[in-house]
Amino acid sequence: MRFLSNLVTGLGLGSVYAIIALGYTMVYGIAKMLNFAHGDVIMVGAYIAFFALTKFGLPLIPGILVAVVGCTVLGVVVERLAYKPLRQASSLSVLITAIGVSYFLQNGAQLLWSASPKMFPAIISTGTLNIGGLSIAYLTLLTIATCIVVMVCLTLFINKTKTGSAMRACSEDKGAAQLMGINVNRIISLTFAIGSGLAAIAAVLLCANYPTVTPTLGSMPGIKAFTAAVFGGIGSIPGALLGGLLLGIIEILSKAYISTQLSDVIVFGVLIVILLVKPTGLLGKKLSEKV
Amino acid sequence: MLKVENLKVRYGMIEAIKGISFEVRDGEIVTLIGANGAGKTTTMHAISGLIKAAEGSISLDGQELTKVPAHKIVSLGLAQVPEGRRVFAQQTVEENLILGAYLRRDQGEIAKDIQDVYQTFPRLGERRTQAAGTLSGGEQQMLAMGRALMAKPSILLLDEPSMGLSPLLVSEIFQIIEEINKKGTTILLVEQNAKRALAIADRAYVLETGRITLDGTGEGLAKDERVRKAYLGG
Repeated sequence: MRFLSNLVTGLGLGSVYAIIALGYTMVYGIAKMLNFAHGDVIMVGAYIAFFALTKFGLPLIPGILVAVVGCTVLGVVVERLAYKPLRQASSLSVLITAIGVSYFLQNGAQLLWSASPKMFPAIISTGTLNIGGLSIAYLTLLTIATCIVVMVCLTLFINKTKTGSAMRACSEDKGAAQLMGINVNRIISLTFAIGSGLAAIAAVLLCANYPTVTPTLGSMPGIKAFTAAVFGGIGSIPGALLGGLLLGIIEILSKAYISTQLSDVIVFGVLIVILLVKPTGLLGKKLSEKV
Repeated sequence: MLKVENLKVRYGMIEAIKGISFEVRDGEIVTLIGANGAGKTTTMHAISGLIKAAEGSISLDGQELTKVPAHKIVSLGLAQVPEGRRVFAQQTVEENLILGAYLRRDQGEIAKDIQDVYQTFPRLGERRTQAAGTLSGGEQQMLAMGRALMAKPSILLLDEPSMGLSPLLVSEIFQIIEEINKKGTTILLVEQNAKRALAIADRAYVLETGRITLDGTGEGLAKDERVRKAYLGG
């Protein structure tokens, strides 16, 4: 029963990683870049949600919506100002720019809101659900449910709508997509918007679980979710889900049974092993060079 | 209809297209023949906006195209079947065709046009739910053509449609190009297979290392001694 309970906790944490990993994997799939500032968008989302819920006293759902809108705008603006001018540049320049944006956001947050931690309010009751001896926190259930809803909506959007089809087309061949009349810049913008909006949802779930809001709060979950995305196969949406969930479970199980201090070492160790065996990640597609 | 004047295209310091002029009139099949590296694909990409022209003008029915972003050109009535087909391999045949009609809003007409494409290319109809990447080279070429036709272009650009296909399939593809033209679509065809291209072309231009060196009717060029030597194997 202890094990099952740990497993569910791991699924909860993994759900948060999965939602964050979606942002990395979608942006990589469409814009072919690693947006290392994604973790810091989560941080900004956390601050927006914090102020919306405490200072402005908004109810939970409107509070989350404000954070989602704020992050969406931030993501689109960052893409427009920092990444779009580099569309023809080497991927290294884009990567360095993304790291620069990350520092900019972290230090900007510190300037605006100081480095001292803020306590995120509880968003739902701290109670637990008991099913035959297995007790699960409501918050964990909410987190997992949110992840499922996000995944289902996103999968439907990508696979069943015209815009989703255009996104998949851009991910395969931007030139051919333009020949169809698809505005590639608009699709990239939209991808950033979706990824950043999801980051805000992840921010609220993350802060509900670990209620300390600081300017660096996004770094570690960001890196772990990036790991999850690579783990599952970067560019693949089911891969982000699988990678995120596995990462969460591995982290919680190593904390429970091996060592709290070593859990991150184990998480990243597993990533290294998986990538040695399967360099494209669990669900990643092998990219064949065009001859 | 399509008029290219003094077009120059550069890749960095290298001038790939060194000032070419040609035109395609309403209802014609015009072909641009030339060896590998002559600049045929570059010319096509410049027309469809995938590459910026360094100098010169490209106009479609009097409207300048060099300043129009690539994704807006198809809405002006110009569609391109790119070299190497470039179908969306992970999407189904039908999804590819629907993407071809991306800017159209007439849902009913789109459904009808998809059926028309299946009529022209029955094998696409048989494979409509299959991922495009699983099709053979010839089928992918047909899909790329069907996809371009879904935009209902007034002029269709075809870049090396015969590439990598068996002689039998090449005949089929060229026959279909003629049919498309008869139904009222103007054609600009770029080919290495000069013999086939000249046989169906009203007029033709020979492109050599970024310059147009010869032009004339398809028939005339097919008889031209220089063309015979260089492109038709004596």
